Amino acid sequence: MHHNIAAPFDRETVKSFNAGDTVSLSGIIYTARDAAHKKMIELLKENKPLPFDIKNQTIYYVGPCPSREGEVIGSAGPTTSYRMDAYAPTLIELGQTGMIGKGLRGENVISAMKQFGAVYFGAIGGAGALMAECIKSQEIIAFPELGAEAVRRLEVENLPLTVIIDCNGSNLYETGKAKYRKIK
Amino acid sequence: MRDIEVDKIIEAVKNLCMDANYYLNKDIRQAMEKGLSAEQSPIGTEVLEKLLLNAALAAEKKVAICQDTGMAVVFVTMGQEVHISGGSLADAINEGVRRGYKEGYLRKSVVGDPIERINTGDNTPAVIHYDIVPGDVFKLELAPKGFGSENMSALKMLKPSDGIEGVKDFILETVDKAGPNPCPPIVVGVGIGGTMEKASLLAKRALLRPIDKRSGIEYVRKLEAEMLEKINTLGIGPAGLGGTNTALAVNVETYPTHIAGLPVAININCHVTRHAEVSL
Repeated sequence: MHHNIAAPFDRETVKSFNAGDTVSLSGIIYTARDAAHKKMIELLKENKPLPFDIKNQTIYYVGPCPSREGEVIGSAGPTTSYRMDAYAPTLIELGQTGMIGKGLRGENVISAMKQFGAVYFGAIGGAGALMAECIKSQEIIAFPELGAEAVRRLEVENLPLTVIIDCNGSNLYETGKAKYRKIK
Repeated sequence: MRDIEVDKIIEAVKNLCMDANYYLNKDIRQAMEKGLSAEQSPIGTEVLEKLLLNAALAAEKKVAICQDTGMAVVFVTMGQEVHISGGSLADAINEGVRRGYKEGYLRKSVVGDPIERINTGDNTPAVIHYDIVPGDVFKLELAPKGFGSENMSALKMLKPSDGIEGVKDFILETVDKAGPNPCPPIVVGVGIGGTMEKASLLAKRALLRPIDKRSGIEYVRKLEAEMLEKINTLGIGPAGLGGTNTALAVNVETYPTHIAGLPVAININCHVTRHAEVSL
C-alpha cells in the first residue's frame, strides 16, 4: 500500500502503516545523528528543553554534504540507524512518531515503538543525490558546532520511503530476506 | 632520480577526492546493470534502478553519490628512484584531501580523537599506506571509506585446522550479520594470511581491485565465485529489502602466514565502492 503523508504526524497515523508499505513524506522533519542525539539526551537529563518539540515529529538520521551555491543541500541519504538505538526509546516515549534511516534496529527500540506508537522508515542507503532533490529548505536549529551532524529543520516534498518496522513490530528486513533466502 | 613537486601531488589528490565521490566506477555500474536484469525481487529491482539513477544524477550535477564521502584512504606506490621535493609527502596528501573536500562540497566526516570526538573540519588526516617499489613510478590510489560498511567489517584469527571451510563460514556469517547495514549490494574484500594487520590491509587492498578482474590463483578464483554465489542466496538483497543481489563481487587477496595461524579479515564496501587513481 502507498501513503501520501504530511509530517508531523500523530500516533494515530502511525497505526495505519504496515511493514512493506511505501510512503511519500511531505512537510517538516528534523535531522539528528548520534552526536546530536547524545546532546539531546544530556539536555533532558539536565531538565532543559530539546531544540524542538519532539511530539509527533520525525527524525531523519542524516548528515548531509555541504550545498553548492544555489542548491538547497548537498547529498542527503540515510545513515545506519543502530547507532541511535541507545537514545531513540527516550524520544519515542516523549512523543517522537517517526524515524528515517537504514539498517537494523535493536529490540529496545522496537519495543518502545510498539509500546508508544512509532514507525521506522527506510530510505535507500547510498541514494544521497536523489534524496537531496526532495529537500526544499534546510535550517540549522541546534548544535552548529557539530557541522554535518548539527540538528537541521528540513522541509521535504515527496521523500520516498519504505515502512521497515511498523508499530506492531513487523519487520520488512526479516520478511523480505526470508522470501529470497535459499540457505539455512 | 625523478623529482616530483609536492604541489603536483596536492592537486592530484584534490582531484581524486572529487572524482571518487562524484563518479560511480564503470565496473561497478556494469555489475549493477547486470544485477538489475537478474534481480528476482520487484522491490530489489526498484532499489537498483534508483541507485543507478542516483549515480547518473550525481555525475551530472557533480555532487557526491552518497553523503558519506568517507575517510580518505590513500595508497601510495612509490619507486625508489623518486624524490619528493618542496615539502613532506604526507602533508601534501593531507593538503590535497583538505582542498578536495572543501572545494568539492564533500562532507567532513573525521574526528580528531576517537574518544573526544571533535570534528577536524577539513576531513583530515587521511589514512596513508606506502609501498616502496623498484623504479621511478609514483601512483596514488584514493579509496574514500564510508563507515556504514566499514563498521560491518571483521577480523578473525582462525586455526590452521579450520582451513578453507572456516574461511567460507566466517565470510558468510559476517555478511549475513551485516544484513542491510552496509548498503547492499556490497563488495566484499577478504584478506587471508600474513599477520593480524597484514590480513586487514590485504582485505582493504582487495577492494581496490576492479570487480570485473578475478584472482590469478586458481583456488582463490574458485573461492571468490563460490562465495559470491552463496552470499547471493542469503536473501538480503538491494538495500536489505529482500532479493538476489546482496553482493556484486567478492575479491580475495592472500599472503604467506605463520605455521600456527590463519588470519582472515573481511572489509565490506557499499555499492559505491569509491576508488580513483592517478600516476604522476
